[in-house]
Amino acid sequence: MKHLPKALMLMAALAAGACTNANRFGNGSGSGNDASMNNAGVTSGVLPGSVDDPTSSAYFQQRVGDRVLFAVDQSTLSPEARATLDGQAQWLLTNSDYMAVIEGHADEQGTREYNIALGGRRANAVKEYLISKGVSANRLNQVSYGKERPLEICSAEACYAKNRRAVTVLAAGGLTS
Amino acid sequence: MTRRAMMWLMMVLGLLAAVPAMAQGPLRLEIDRGIVEPMPIAIPAFVAETPGAEQYAQDISRVVAEDLVNTGLFREIPRDAHISRVSTFAAPVQFADWKAVNAQALITGAVSTDSAGRVVVKFRAWDVFAERELGEGMQFASSADGWRRLGHKVADQVYSRLTGEQPYFDSRVVFVSETGPKDQRQKRLGVMDYDGANVQYLTDSASIVLAPRFSPNGNQVLYTSYVTGFPRIHILDVGAVQSRIIETTGGEMSFAPRFSPDGRMVVYSMTQGSNTDIWAMDVASGATRRLTDSPAIETAPSFSPDGSRIVFESDRSGSQQLYVMSAGGGEAARISFGEGRYGTPVWSPRGDRIAFTKQNKGRFHIGVMNVDGSEERLLTASFLDEGPTWAPNGRVIMFTRETQGAQGASALYSVDISGRNLRRVRTPAGASDPSWGPLQ
Repeated sequence: MKHLPKALMLMAALAAGACTNANRFGNGSGSGNDASMNNAGVTSGVLPGSVDDPTSSAYFQQRVGDRVLFAVDQSTLSPEARATLDGQAQWLLTNSDYMAVIEGHADEQGTREYNIALGGRRANAVKEYLISKGVSANRLNQVSYGKERPLEICSAEACYAKNRRAVTVLAAGGLTS
Repeated sequence: MTRRAMMWLMMVLGLLAAVPAMAQGPLRLEIDRGIVEPMPIAIPAFVAETPGAEQYAQDISRVVAEDLVNTGLFREIPRDAHISRVSTFAAPVQFADWKAVNAQALITGAVSTDSAGRVVVKFRAWDVFAERELGEGMQFASSADGWRRLGHKVADQVYSRLTGEQPYFDSRVVFVSETGPKDQRQKRLGVMDYDGANVQYLTDSASIVLAPRFSPNGNQVLYTSYVTGFPRIHILDVGAVQSRIIETTGGEMSFAPRFSPDGRMVVYSMTQGSNTDIWAMDVASGATRRLTDSPAIETAPSFSPDGSRIVFESDRSGSQQLYVMSAGGGEAARISFGEGRYGTPVWSPRGDRIAFTKQNKGRFHIGVMNVDGSEERLLTASFLDEGPTWAPNGRVIMFTRETQGAQGASALYSVDISGRNLRRVRTPAGASDPSWGPLQ
């Protein structure tokens, strides 16, 4: 019984790490698959692709940290955000196979169009910072979801603070726009 | 006589006393005078003139009554209070019977069906106390599945004759239908009658769709879709299945599109880097032109009805405010100066007012102001109201209202420009981003 929660966590990490996962907006509740659980039972070293594999997207997502948060109606990067992005840049420089789309988001306290533009500003702030740290611009793309994909659904600052975010989503293949 | 009818009568008498010439004029509801008491109106069930027309007669007269009563300007006198029974369309009106139940106006109608399956409605409108007909009787016909439009057509005629305003009931609204929880909301485009009936879906909900806008003739819809993974402007023909992307190359995202009044141009926002500007595209040639160049967020452009100017929002001053510029771009004049933030401006079809969303002290409002920003009036207040759209006659505004909290959901509401008669539009699921189309 004691191992079950750990296995579930691993499944969740694997599922969330897949760039095609429907839950990539960050709630991490995607279901895993049986094959990976079986693998988890027999592998003695670091499971490739797992959160303990430093080259995996799961590692990037959870250990490096795939997101930064913003103040109300702002797109400036806090010192904490810069620290996270320094880690992201380092990781992207090491793992050069990956491309990334930076997804900007806003909380629900704003009009729809403005929030799309505001999310765009946030995504761009992250993109420009990563470029300034040496990540090639042609590996990065940006998009905004405005207030369309909140992570937390309460109508209070505790939720809004987590929704005002930019998430660096890895993609193994080429990007299309 | 009920107290309400008495009050209404007193108001009319007061008006007549003040303007004696009006005693000779037609029955007229002066909307701008701030009507508080609705006009009592009798709408007996329309007469079925052919076998098989009974249900249509009942239903069409019901639509007429609902259209009129839902404006807040009319009060229907219940049918069980009627003294006269209208059994044939040609029978003389028993004015004394209608005066006795305090009907100011009376609508009589008849419905028939023909061998081709068409439904035909005819109606007459009466000024009960003057004992005369209001305008000419009229007849409308449609295929069987268009019967509700016949009701809207009759109601439009009655509304126009009694208020002097342009009609708006026979119109459609394109909107976003919403299902599912806030963090996994499914959105698809729908189009419906202005009152929420006859919903048809134009897209599936596989990707996010936002803010559809009717073309001036109602044949096309512009909207923003994430089908490519990035917000892009799409256009579709209503009734067709295929949509296509409008090519707005040069930016990561394009959104907030809206047609010019002649339908030849589309104005929209495009994001390049951190900067969102307003652009215009010639629909036929695809040629684009940049209209704003400040490093701020410029979005939500809307043309004046004569096509000469564009109102939009910008945070170039540090917060969202409304600006007006020439349709060709260039210098813009700020028009919003009140407390709070202003967004999503929409020019009224009459050209005299601008509707907007205002955020102030944690509340959202729908408001209207004159084109120069004067006479700002807030019509609504809630946790989240946004995205006004004008009825084709410029008297009513529809908008999105979203409720608070984890169970929060969106619905469409309408309100008249005096701020009265706030009502929810019935839709089968959650709904947002309405765009009111032209009179059909």
